[in-house]
Amino acid sequence: MTYLSHADLGGKDGHGAVTPEPEGELFHADWERMALAVTLAMGATGTWNIDESRSVRETLSDYELLTYYQLWIKGLIALLKKHDLVAADEIAAGTMLHPARAVKRVLRAADVPAALAKGAPTLRSTHSRARFAVGDHVMTRALAADHHTRLPAYARGKKGRIAHVYGAHVFADTHSQGLGEQPQWLYNVVFTARELWGEGCDATSTVSIDAWESYLEPAP
Amino acid sequence: MELHVRALRTVLEQKGYIDPAALDVLIDTYETKIGPRNGARVVAKAWTDDAYRKWLFTDATAAISSLGYHGRQGEMMVALENTESIHNLVVCTLCSCYPWPVLGLPPTWYKSAPFRSRAVKDPRGVLADFGVQLPGSVSIRVWDLTAEVRYLVVPKRPKGSERLSEERLADLVTRDSMIGTGLAKAPVP
Repeated sequence: MTYLSHADLGGKDGHGAVTPEPEGELFHADWERMALAVTLAMGATGTWNIDESRSVRETLSDYELLTYYQLWIKGLIALLKKHDLVAADEIAAGTMLHPARAVKRVLRAADVPAALAKGAPTLRSTHSRARFAVGDHVMTRALAADHHTRLPAYARGKKGRIAHVYGAHVFADTHSQGLGEQPQWLYNVVFTARELWGEGCDATSTVSIDAWESYLEPAP
Repeated sequence: MELHVRALRTVLEQKGYIDPAALDVLIDTYETKIGPRNGARVVAKAWTDDAYRKWLFTDATAAISSLGYHGRQGEMMVALENTESIHNLVVCTLCSCYPWPVLGLPPTWYKSAPFRSRAVKDPRGVLADFGVQLPGSVSIRVWDLTAEVRYLVVPKRPKGSERLSEERLADLVTRDSMIGTGLAKAPVP
């Protein structure tokens, strides 16, 4: 295993209580506003996709030490370097030292509302038939993937039931690695709390994930 | 951090990758235009308009879009109904997926390790952190946002709100009630 995500937190103990905050509390410093804006604006250049950016963030070695927008900035810098848009000496100097490279597009102020309204839908048409139907019992993949994936560790090797079929969607695992969209059927899969956490948990509760078809096998 | 981000922004501007005016529009959009008031309008409409409510629970993407809310981080929407026996709670254990067009930017706690780690394993404990206690007869359904589908919780309409207008009802719908960490507010008698 060479790929290690530090972001897969579901079910991990020892993180303490949640600290609620009043509604409207969005930023805790001015630079966080800027971190949001530059990240979205650079995303709009089309140099990388959201799955690649998630992959870069979750593999930052100091992930657990960073606040959310620190993570965004550190992830953005890693992406800029990876795609040769900015060099390390430029970030240190705070000024351009090397010629710019061409990007697919630059988000202009006038185009922001339309770009946000459009988003980046992942639903794709497909000729393949869905392998599973609502009500089917399935087993999730047991092994960890050696790349970015969206099957959380707590839901690996677990028995669940298909609750919804969502059509074919861009497959995050390949998309994040630059291997293309390779759309697959996407399902909502429900697990009982007992299946995930064993005896002693709240027996009435359930947890569901959205899982691509290749994460699933028919339950034996 | 302030200087670090400022320096990065300068380099990106000098290289022509970003339009500084676009940054201002992006910030203004999420600070003043797109926030939980959008979702509250969806919920209030579902509480008062039965045809809309049915549409919302069969095709949330279209029903929500009809009110003008769609796009980035809400491309495919599903609405979840809280009832006397079911309480829905939304989390993203892997990162911070959140329905931006209806709720705006996620709060800090939503992106934090305590919430992401515990919501799936101990949802009642997480609700207690928010001061919410549900009867044991209510089953909790936790939705972990692991793909690009985004979920909006439709909280239970509070008792005593029967005569309120849609606009006044929307005032009762908190951000947390649409994530599932809270309940809709009781109307002031």
